[in-house]
Amino acid sequence: MLGLLKRDLALAVRAGGGFGLSLAFFLIFATLVPFGVGPQTQVLQTIAPGILWLGALLACLLSLDRIFQLDWEDGTLDLLATAPVPLEGVAAMKALSHWITTGLPLVLAAPVLGLLLNLPLPAYPWLVASLALGTPALSAIGTFGAALTVGIKRGGLLLSLLVLPLYVPTLIFGALAVIRGAEGQDATTPLILLAGITLGALAILPFAAAAALRINLR
Amino acid sequence: MLLTVTDLSCARGSAQVLAGVGFSVARGDALILRGPNGAGKTTLLRTLAGLTPPLAGAIDCAPDAIAYAGHADGLKAQLTVAENLRFWAGAFAAHDITPALDAFDLHPLADRRAGEMSAGQKRRLSLARLLVTGRPVWCLDEPTVSLDVENVARFAGAVEAHLATGGAAVIATHIDLGLPNAHTLDVTPFMARRLRADDPFGGDPFAEEVG
Repeated sequence: MLGLLKRDLALAVRAGGGFGLSLAFFLIFATLVPFGVGPQTQVLQTIAPGILWLGALLACLLSLDRIFQLDWEDGTLDLLATAPVPLEGVAAMKALSHWITTGLPLVLAAPVLGLLLNLPLPAYPWLVASLALGTPALSAIGTFGAALTVGIKRGGLLLSLLVLPLYVPTLIFGALAVIRGAEGQDATTPLILLAGITLGALAILPFAAAAALRINLR
Repeated sequence: MLLTVTDLSCARGSAQVLAGVGFSVARGDALILRGPNGAGKTTLLRTLAGLTPPLAGAIDCAPDAIAYAGHADGLKAQLTVAENLRFWAGAFAAHDITPALDAFDLHPLADRRAGEMSAGQKRRLSLARLLVTGRPVWCLDEPTVSLDVENVARFAGAVEAHLATGGAAVIATHIDLGLPNAHTLDVTPFMARRLRADDPFGGDPFAEEVG
């Protein structure tokens, strides 16, 4: 199963792997916001937490359909399903490699973009912490959505419709933690709830994703 | 017997394709599946491989005994031949990919990216994967597609060597591989009634038989 993770990471960084796709989207999105809403620092300061979280969420969404679709198209998924690796493990490894190639770069890039959006100084630790805790949930939920829609040609729309509502709690608590941090308040409570969502998603969704894959491979 | 199938019914999607299939394959045996296009050879192989659950009947086989190779090659274009094989060797807990490279003469191509190879070369790599699975029963779906005469012989040699070491193979193919101990199973008699070409009401759910 570690072999699968290594292979997916190697594929992501090679030509056409789509490693930088989400990160580039996030950078462009956050850079364009000041052009759209105007350069008033007060306005930017207010909306920065929400914009950063929304940008990270949409960037995550952008790369979801690659998780299983490519393996399904070239027949690798059939072969993986007959290999002596549990599909639950395959789903968990896919979620992990999606997080390493998508979530982790977003966590690292977010403070720089916070600077662009005039995010108040006390909010930075909360921004990094909330993204670090929340993006694994985005990857796990997204892997489940990708498993549900694997076999559907141009399934991207359906995937977005399925996944976005499931992203709402993560977005609410993630952005809330940063908003509270920006106001100088303690943001431990939303952070704990965020961690709860992530742990729950990580515990349950690989099994759900494997069940969805089994049905789609029939 | 390595693999015994009794009274098996298979479905593709929601449509029943085959009914009442029964056969058994012993060590050293090869079973060649024949039948026209759409007869259900692929569905039967996918059911044997455990990808599709059977509608009825039993597949009696040791767990993790079957290695499946379908129409798609299952290769990653960005990885080299050796990397592709090593990935599958890791998934099947094998360590040495040299015998697999030997069997299909892939040594000269070992560092070539799979995306830069011809269809026949990809097929050879895909078939070489079977050797790293270390599994006794090979279920192969049209394995000789895009192989030239020389490589069909090479493939037949690999299957023969596999049979000689106590393995077995179920192969859907339209050509004669010249394998020893090869039995042929025509799946046409097992086709579910509504899909049979000689059934005048085939495919029409509203058709009524006129007395």
